[in-house]
Amino acid sequence: MAEKKTNRRDFLFTATYAVGAVGLGATVWPMIDQMNPDASVKALASTEVDISSVTPGKTITVLWRGKPVFIRRRTPDEIAEAKSVNLEDLKDPQKDEDRAKDPEWLVMLGVCTHLGCVPLDQKGDYNGWFCPCHGSHYDTSGRIRKGPAPTNMEVPKYEFVNSNTIKIG
Amino acid sequence: MKNFFKIFFSIILVFGYSQNSYSAEKVEYLKTDWSFKGLFGKFDRGALQRGYQVYTEVCSSCHSMKYVSYRNLAEKGGPEFTEAQVKAIAASFEVKDGPNADGEMFTRPGKLSDKFVMPYENVKAAQAANGGAYPPDMSVLVKARGGGVDYIYSLLQGYESPPAGFILDDGVYYNKYMYGNKIKMSNQLSDGLVEYADGTNATVEQMSKDVTTFLMWTAEPHLEARHQMGFKAIVYLIILTILVYFSMKRIWSRIETEV
Amino acid sequence: MSDHEYTPKSKFGKWFNDRLPLLSLASHLTDYPTPKNLNYWWTFGGILTFCLITQIVTGLTLAMHYIAHADMAFESVEHIMRDVNYGWLIRYIHANGASMFFLAVYIHIFRSLFYGSYKSPREIIWIIGIIIYLLMMAAAFMGYVLPWGQMSFWGATVITNLFSAIPLVGEGIVTWLWGGYSVDNPTLTRFFTLHYLIPFLILGLVVLHIWALHVPGNNNPVGIDIEKPSKDTVPFHPYIVIKDGFALLMFMIVFAFFVFYAPNILGHADNYIEADPLVTPAHIVPEWYLLPFYAILRSVPDKLLGVVAMLSAILILAALPWLDTSKIRSAVFRPLYKQFYWILVADVLILGYVGAMPAEGLYLLIARVATAYYFLHFLVILPVLGFKEKTLPVPLSITEPVLGGSPNLATARNRESLNN
Repeated sequence: MAEKKTNRRDFLFTATYAVGAVGLGATVWPMIDQMNPDASVKALASTEVDISSVTPGKTITVLWRGKPVFIRRRTPDEIAEAKSVNLEDLKDPQKDEDRAKDPEWLVMLGVCTHLGCVPLDQKGDYNGWFCPCHGSHYDTSGRIRKGPAPTNMEVPKYEFVNSNTIKIG
Repeated sequence: MKNFFKIFFSIILVFGYSQNSYSAEKVEYLKTDWSFKGLFGKFDRGALQRGYQVYTEVCSSCHSMKYVSYRNLAEKGGPEFTEAQVKAIAASFEVKDGPNADGEMFTRPGKLSDKFVMPYENVKAAQAANGGAYPPDMSVLVKARGGGVDYIYSLLQGYESPPAGFILDDGVYYNKYMYGNKIKMSNQLSDGLVEYADGTNATVEQMSKDVTTFLMWTAEPHLEARHQMGFKAIVYLIILTILVYFSMKRIWSRIETEV
Repeated sequence: MSDHEYTPKSKFGKWFNDRLPLLSLASHLTDYPTPKNLNYWWTFGGILTFCLITQIVTGLTLAMHYIAHADMAFESVEHIMRDVNYGWLIRYIHANGASMFFLAVYIHIFRSLFYGSYKSPREIIWIIGIIIYLLMMAAAFMGYVLPWGQMSFWGATVITNLFSAIPLVGEGIVTWLWGGYSVDNPTLTRFFTLHYLIPFLILGLVVLHIWALHVPGNNNPVGIDIEKPSKDTVPFHPYIVIKDGFALLMFMIVFAFFVFYAPNILGHADNYIEADPLVTPAHIVPEWYLLPFYAILRSVPDKLLGVVAMLSAILILAALPWLDTSKIRSAVFRPLYKQFYWILVADVLILGYVGAMPAEGLYLLIARVATAYYFLHFLVILPVLGFKEKTLPVPLSITEPVLGGSPNLATARNRESLNN
């Protein structure tokens, strides 16, 4: 009899604790989630860029989701160089065709994959980009070749709306 | 304990009542059944969609709605137009954007992320075009008026010819429900003014109800989520209260006294 | 202040506790001997702690999205209400939380008045409490300014103008408060700064309030000094913790009702109109919790004296331990005081009611009578009552009334035993 009583009491207290803990968790979540991107930020997903004035060998930088996006119109030499690289020499092997839908146009996030600095255009040992923060070298396809960065510069989702306009996002 | 709760709840009632009695105007507002009132209140989607139509076709020529975005029209708990419908709605508005690469402002079709386009550039322009009166922004209008939805609903139907001896200036109209009975907005609604897409008969009463429902939503876009969460929260609290009550009884029984 | 020596069991615990006696503190708090006959009016201390923490947590999260700028404040509040994840929930908890906080603090204060908790040796606890209350009013007032609606703006204008009543330097002080020639952006940004600071000052004072409480221990419904620990006390944990928890949950149900089903009922519609320095709303009314003092302010026809009366109405409470000359704490044993106590409660409610009404005609007359009575209660009735009142016999221990279940019954029984 006495044993039974103890069990029931334990169950009551356990249930109270458990229900209380669920409520506490449910209360904490809104306080955490409020720091996630809000509805107005999420709505600003895409941006359209006019590329008609970009001549071969030029890069323009546009802002998308608060980050720089490099849009480079590559010269035939650069395209050839990018395509000729042996994939086995790469830290993060990726074909140039997989990075540039139209070989003439390279669109990628201008953010070093090491710690987030913006690499400099036409610098470094591989004629591509060079990050001044910790010395990462990228080639003409934006792939990491030397330095601490672990991966190639990221290619965002984009499409050619027409021959003069790229839609990023 | 009974005594305690009696006093506690009467204090709450007194405060609730004094707040209410203060904000209540002397005029009796017209009453209608609002679907969004009550514990489980939800918006009537049809009314919201029709209300949006009345707002765009009638109100929006003078009243801005600067805190509402086109994307909101597709969101859950709102009029819930399809995304394609809302994209088309947004694209039908010209939005000022820029500056472009040449440093100039330009117009483009609206996008989902844009806020509702304003009828006037700024308050001064709105005043100049409306004989000095600023047509208030409608985003939170329902919450900004003491009588809330009932007041707006009544006001839209409250136009009458003034009683004998009541003097009205030019551009001022008589309204039964307006504070001081003088309003600078003329009667905007008349039977059949809009042609509802869903075929509902557009009487003044119907349009008033629809547009007021729409305004309630723009003022409280998360009302449905709030009601749903509120019900869950209160049920949860009651369950936990009962559990804690019995735990308390159990604990205090150790010292043989009453709680 | 510790009632017994605490030694942690583990070796590391002992090592740590010798250097920072956190474990001793925790042990003191859980074992803290509390009178076993505390009724539900005593749970509001715990409820107030909950209110403070809720306001700080929701306030911090709101501050992550709010923009303290005259041109953007209103818009940023709408942004919180519409776009921020759960922003509407957090803001409604914060806004209604202020009202719930004051509801709880008023109950807490009036409990203290009824049971004489402010009397020796608890004067310092009481005075710290009054300072906390003053800071709460400052925080609430400045918080109400932040959404930059019409009531925010005009409330700020009216309240800051109170300082202009000070002779000679008044105008200078008001300009200094505003940081300009009217309530404007500089005023908003400094109010935001102070609104952010004050809760932490309150938190610090709450620690002192509890510390000071733990020196003599809790008062109790019978109002007698008891031995601690003894048969009359229970350890704070789990007895008082679970009881406070139960009361807190009841309180939270009321709180949740306001947040989810009537979030704007305690606010004023005009605050959903963006601030406009050219137009004053038809009625300027403070939030409900300031109404009694607002009524006192308006009932005095002179500007300076009105401000003085309003401030005195609060500050007079600090002198209460010395104005009340009765040696008996609890109103249970003071039949006359008990009646005057309820008249005071009614008086304050009446002041609150007329504070919301236009200051004219009958309302003004009622406000004046109620104001006069408020001061009469503290300055004349209480001191005289202490000498004149014939109090009931007080029990020697609280074990008796606890067994009886209610203090009234205990008194009756006590009287009976005396007659025998």
